[in-house]
Formats: sequence, structure tokens, C-alpha cells
Amino acid sequence: MWNYEKRLQYPVHINQTNPKAAMFIISQYGGPDGELSASMRYLAQRYTMPYNEVQGLLTDIGTEELAHMEMICAIVYQLTKNLTPEEIKASGFDKYYVDHTLALWPQAAGGLPQNAVEYQSKGDPITDLFENMAAEQKARTTYDNILRLIKDPEIADPIRFLREREIVHFQRFGETKRTRNLWHSLVQ
Amino acid sequence: MACNMEQSKLLNWISMVSFAATDMAEYLDTHPMDLDALDYYNHLNKMKNQAERDYAANYGPLTLGNFTPENKWCWALTPWPWEGGM
Repeated sequence: MWNYEKRLQYPVHINQTNPKAAMFIISQYGGPDGELSASMRYLAQRYTMPYNEVQGLLTDIGTEELAHMEMICAIVYQLTKNLTPEEIKASGFDKYYVDHTLALWPQAAGGLPQNAVEYQSKGDPITDLFENMAAEQKARTTYDNILRLIKDPEIADPIRFLREREIVHFQRFGETKRTRNLWHSLVQ
Repeated sequence: MACNMEQSKLLNWISMVSFAATDMAEYLDTHPMDLDALDYYNHLNKMKNQAERDYAANYGPLTLGNFTPENKWCWALTPWPWEGGM
């Protein structure tokens, strides 16, 4: 089960709306390498992961990804808050607006809806762990791409925090492949 | 409840120690024999719990388990995180 903490993992305070930026940052909500996919992937893989300690890591990282999803949603929400019809038309946000108004809906930057195909839960520990390491790098690349397109420090600051977490999680998933004997001696 | 300087400092502190605790937990998942890391994790958790209790007593709860003994349901009286709460 889960408990909610009424705060973001890292603060998001964006005062200047930017619907163009929201249209591609939303990909880290509902896109192929977004935070929602990451969380669902790790939490789904736990059940058949044969090692207790890796189930623990999948739980802890899968939980942190939910907090990242909340940060991305906060960024998109603040970038599109109270837009006028003129701003919506001028920015090209009208295609999203007509279906969702200014509500959050998980889609990729190109408009494709969030897709469970990206969860990649395969039931083989090596396959799943390598999948996760690749997933963290794909998310890191996406954040690199976002940072090339965004210069506003209010947006770039929380994006840099999220990018850094991809690198740490890649490291942790890699470490699981040599921790088996450590846990064995811990329980003896 | 207006957001003042002391409140935002305390929330920032909670954010810092909570993040450090999350990072250490994931580290311990793959380094369970690192007793220095375990000490540090316990130290961070103590600071986090204390700061969350202080915050709840002064500015309202961040979690449902941290309600102050009042006769009103104050969960939604403080701003939600995406509305500038933090």
C-alpha cells in the first residue's frame, strides 16, 4: 500500500506560462519513456522478480517514480494555467485543449496516448533489469532533449533534478547484478 | 494559512532530509552491509520525522498520519503541492 505526502519531491514554482514547452514536457508524463511508464514497469516486475532485495529496489524506485510523475504534472499544469483562447491558438496548444481543456492527460509529445506496451514486464530477472537500465537511459536522453529546448531556469531546475535521478537509478539497477552474495551473508 | 518565511524554510528542510533518506534507502537496497550508510539513513529518518511533526503542529499535516489534535478536518486547508504549496 502507499501513503501520500502533501509536497513535491523537489519544488516546482513556475510563474511564466509556456504552452509550447508543456506540449513536449508532457511526454515525461504519458510518453514512451515517461515517469508513469517507469513506475508501472517497476511495480509490475516486482511480483516475479526472484530476489527479495531486487523486489525491494523495484518497490522503492517504482514509488519514487510516482513522485516524479507528480512533479511533471505540476510543471505541465503551471505552464498552462489560466491560458487565454488567444494564447492557446497562437501556441498550437489548441489540439490538446479541444479534447482535454487544461486538464492533465497522459500522452506523448506527438499526441499518442499513454501505452502499456512500454511497461515491459517480462518475468526474467536479467531481461527485466537490463530493460530498466535502458529505460533509465532513455528517460535521461529525453530530459537532455528537453533541456536543449528549454532555457527558462524555473523549468530547467526541476527538470535537471529529474534527469539526475535517472542516472542514480541506472546505477542502482546495475548494482543488483552483483549484490546477490551480500544479501545471502546478511540473512545467515 | 498563509505561507510565510519560516514555513517555507521548514518545508524546504523536510524536502532535503526526505530526499536524502530516499536516496540512501535505494543505496542500501544494493549495499545492505554498509553500516555507515545505515546509521546515516536512521539519522536522516529521525530528522525527517521530527520536522514533519513540527510542521504538522504549526502549519497543518503533510500526511494523514500527522494530524494535530483539532476538531476540524484540515487536510485540504493548506495549498496542494501543484498550487504552490511546495
